[in-house]
Amino acid sequence: MLAPQMSPTNQLIRQRDGAGFEIPEHSEFLGTLIPRITCGPVFCSVLLLLVFTCIFILPSSAPFASVYSSLNHSPKAHETDIDDRYGDLDSRTDSDIPEIPLSSDRTPEILKKALSGLSSRWKNWWIRGILTLTMISLFFLIIYMGSFMLMLLVLGIQVKCFHEIITIGYRVYRSYDLPWFRTLSWYFLLCVNYFFYGETVADYFATFVQREEQLQFLIRYHRFISFALYLAGFCMFVLSLVKKHYRLQFYMFAWTHVTLLITVTQSHLVIQNLFEGMIWFLVPISSVICNDITAYLFGFFFGRTPLIKLSPKKTWEGFIGGFFSTVVFGFIAAYMLSKYQYFVCPVEYRSDVNSFVTECEPSELFQLQSYSLPPFLKAVLRRETVSLYPFQIHSIALSTFASLIGPFGGFFASGFKRAFKIKDFANTIPGHGGIMDRFDCQYLMATFVHVYITSFIRGPNPSKVLQQLLVLQPEQQLNIYKTLKTHLIEKGILQPTLKV
Amino acid sequence: MTELRQRAAREPDAASEDKELESEVKIDGETASDSESRAETAPLSTSVDDTPEVLNRALSNLSSRWKNWWVRGILTLAMIAFFFIIIYLGPMVLMIIVMCVQIKCFHEIITIGYNVYHSYDLPWFRTLSWYFLLCVNYFFYGETVTDYFFTLVQREEPLRILSKYHRFISFTLYLIGFCMFVLSLVKKHYRLQFYMFGWTHVTLLIVVTQSHLVIHNLFEGMIWFIVPISCVICNDIMAYMFGFFFGRTPLIKLSPKKTWEGFIGGFFATVVFGLLLSYVMSGYRCFVCPVEYNNDTNSFTVDCEPSDLFRLQEYSIPEVIQSVIGLTTVWMYPFQIHSIALSTFASLIGPFGGFFASGFKRAFKIKDFANTIPGHGGIMDRFDCQYLMATFVNVYIASFIRGPNPSKLIQQFLTLRPDQQLHIFNTLRSHLADKGVLTAAVEDE
Repeated sequence: MLAPQMSPTNQLIRQRDGAGFEIPEHSEFLGTLIPRITCGPVFCSVLLLLVFTCIFILPSSAPFASVYSSLNHSPKAHETDIDDRYGDLDSRTDSDIPEIPLSSDRTPEILKKALSGLSSRWKNWWIRGILTLTMISLFFLIIYMGSFMLMLLVLGIQVKCFHEIITIGYRVYRSYDLPWFRTLSWYFLLCVNYFFYGETVADYFATFVQREEQLQFLIRYHRFISFALYLAGFCMFVLSLVKKHYRLQFYMFAWTHVTLLITVTQSHLVIQNLFEGMIWFLVPISSVICNDITAYLFGFFFGRTPLIKLSPKKTWEGFIGGFFSTVVFGFIAAYMLSKYQYFVCPVEYRSDVNSFVTECEPSELFQLQSYSLPPFLKAVLRRETVSLYPFQIHSIALSTFASLIGPFGGFFASGFKRAFKIKDFANTIPGHGGIMDRFDCQYLMATFVHVYITSFIRGPNPSKVLQQLLVLQPEQQLNIYKTLKTHLIEKGILQPTLKV
Repeated sequence: MTELRQRAAREPDAASEDKELESEVKIDGETASDSESRAETAPLSTSVDDTPEVLNRALSNLSSRWKNWWVRGILTLAMIAFFFIIIYLGPMVLMIIVMCVQIKCFHEIITIGYNVYHSYDLPWFRTLSWYFLLCVNYFFYGETVTDYFFTLVQREEPLRILSKYHRFISFTLYLIGFCMFVLSLVKKHYRLQFYMFGWTHVTLLIVVTQSHLVIHNLFEGMIWFIVPISCVICNDIMAYMFGFFFGRTPLIKLSPKKTWEGFIGGFFATVVFGLLLSYVMSGYRCFVCPVEYNNDTNSFTVDCEPSDLFRLQEYSIPEVIQSVIGLTTVWMYPFQIHSIALSTFASLIGPFGGFFASGFKRAFKIKDFANTIPGHGGIMDRFDCQYLMATFVNVYIASFIRGPNPSKLIQQFLTLRPDQQLHIFNTLRSHLADKGVLTAAVEDE
């Protein structure tokens, strides 16, 4: 248990290193990797399976079990109706349920030896610091690897978050013994992921999908297949209802669905933002992380007035200081990232190269423009105009959301932990807690960025329009083709002399 | 549980009808321990008799078992008549009725949640739950209205702005509710508040999405609304009849009154009913045409050229049935074939929605969802089998009947950037050329 815990992504990287792959330029790397395996989807599924099994192998939150046995009644007392016990649990206030400390320390042995000389408070600070730097460098490494790896990372995180929340549900309701629940929860996760991935994959891989016949069938009837899969799970749930455990089973069913709603939809919105351009993925996430860190630092040095009863360690000074520093950070990060095509261009799948490419003509959002400064800034900076990327203006909106509303996600998670008397979601990251603890402030950010993009930046998704066009009847397609052609010629986009 | 016992003691004596129903329930094969715990914890729902005074007097001389049967029968006929009247009144009224049913269902389920968690005293929850209902409804209605009322929306300036930034506005409204929830967390009641939050969201997921899919189906053509719902109702009634007369082998432990005979008999009866009903309805334009909003007359119209689905076609009967019926071909609407699929779903999978609701009621020890309809229970009790039907019909239509809407696609295309438009145009051209649809002659037109 005290051996160094490798996250699934680390293991993947080590595997690739072991197989003798070098790590060249990002897009070239992917170009060599994918055709080397027979087919992209096969590769994906193998990878996903690997991630999946890794999550099962990683130790789950075993420390909770012993403490929950001291809750309420002993197991023998009320065997007749387990639901009654939970009735008590439901209506009672929180005060008489004991707190659950995390009793296993997952800090790697090396760190422990290195820091054995320090006092325990500094040791804790050092562990947190080292792990923070490790996570940040891992983040940079994954960015370097490219959008595909990022997608896999997002998927891996989503599965782990789901696993953590579901495990908490099992602990709360002590339903770990009923094996159907675990199967059903994972099955529902699979169904919903299949549905969402089918919707996204179909959009972005339109050309790739057109070639394969079986994929065509799957895409065309995608909704029907997803619904049938979900129905099968629903019917299995109904058939699995056991006489004395109805309430428990319904609770787990609802718990699974709310968890799916929170984790899976958010992660798919993240991936859609990613496809819009990696900058739409990086800037929001780093703004949230920056807000976390700077609010903590401001609170550490200047903190005096508490912010909210839920999280006693948060202060108003930290909140406001974090807000300003995040806006500045977002501004600067947006400026630095907007220069590179790699971050700015929408991710596309090119069928000829059989890989993801991020090459394009940057849109106006990412071209330097001159803005005239308002008079009071003119006097301060002694300049008339300033060259900015328009995206930086948007980044102010994103950073503002990250600093003002993002913390509510954190408060939500704190309230959740207090409600169920847990210290951390899990024990995955030493010093920090579970994956959910790191991502709780990101809850709403992904949705906000997605809504922001669809409302203010771009119109409908072009790949989706194309996909729908290709599904129509040939006569309808021909009609549309003629309409489009006249429209484009009118607009001067298309030259009339162009031949087939 | 002590609170529940006190509550049971406080309530007035149940009417004779409810005692009758309780004893019926007790007979249904419960073990000794179950009935003991049931006696300890009385059912949560109300025990007031809602039967109108007039019915009570009319049926006062019958025995209480027959009285129950008559009350149920009369109310069933009343509901069916009401359904026909609403259909006659048109799609707008149907939409409003669906909306009301949705709100009532939401109210019933949330009330059960309050009773389970004894959280009725914390007034914020009620406000927040209704606020979330409003937000989600606003979001869904905005999406539907924008699609179907496109021209109307474009004309009015405030509507245009609302529809352009619709998602953003809905998200902001939802966020406000979320932040209010976080700010309303009270120290000793965290778990309760999280439970109610989860309860509200699951209820919204079940109730609101289903009702909006129903409205989508309705806009496709009233027949897509009427046939599925009638199939489910018919299955309910037929399964009950078959079970009543022939019922012997129990179907599932969850609902002891259901039998295999009822299930299978209901299946066949529903398929036949679906065939007949769709034959009758496919003849009328008002049922078959998509509902459209006419800008000139500023109202809903159902007038169109019926699609191939609703035109009589000749089908040759397989030999095995030819000898039985004595006809070589038969004239049918293609829609009737689809109706077989719909009826099959209604009879085979629909009951799972009913079992789900039964399990839910047993889990929370309630007899009925509410007491709105005398003899039947709440609105949810009537609509529990419809849970999955609306989603199925919507998915069925989207997958097998119609593709995407061409005019809508053109509208979306026109909002794209020029380089995107060019890219799509070129892809479409190469696709059409591959298919052989686009020849040089066509190109030069």
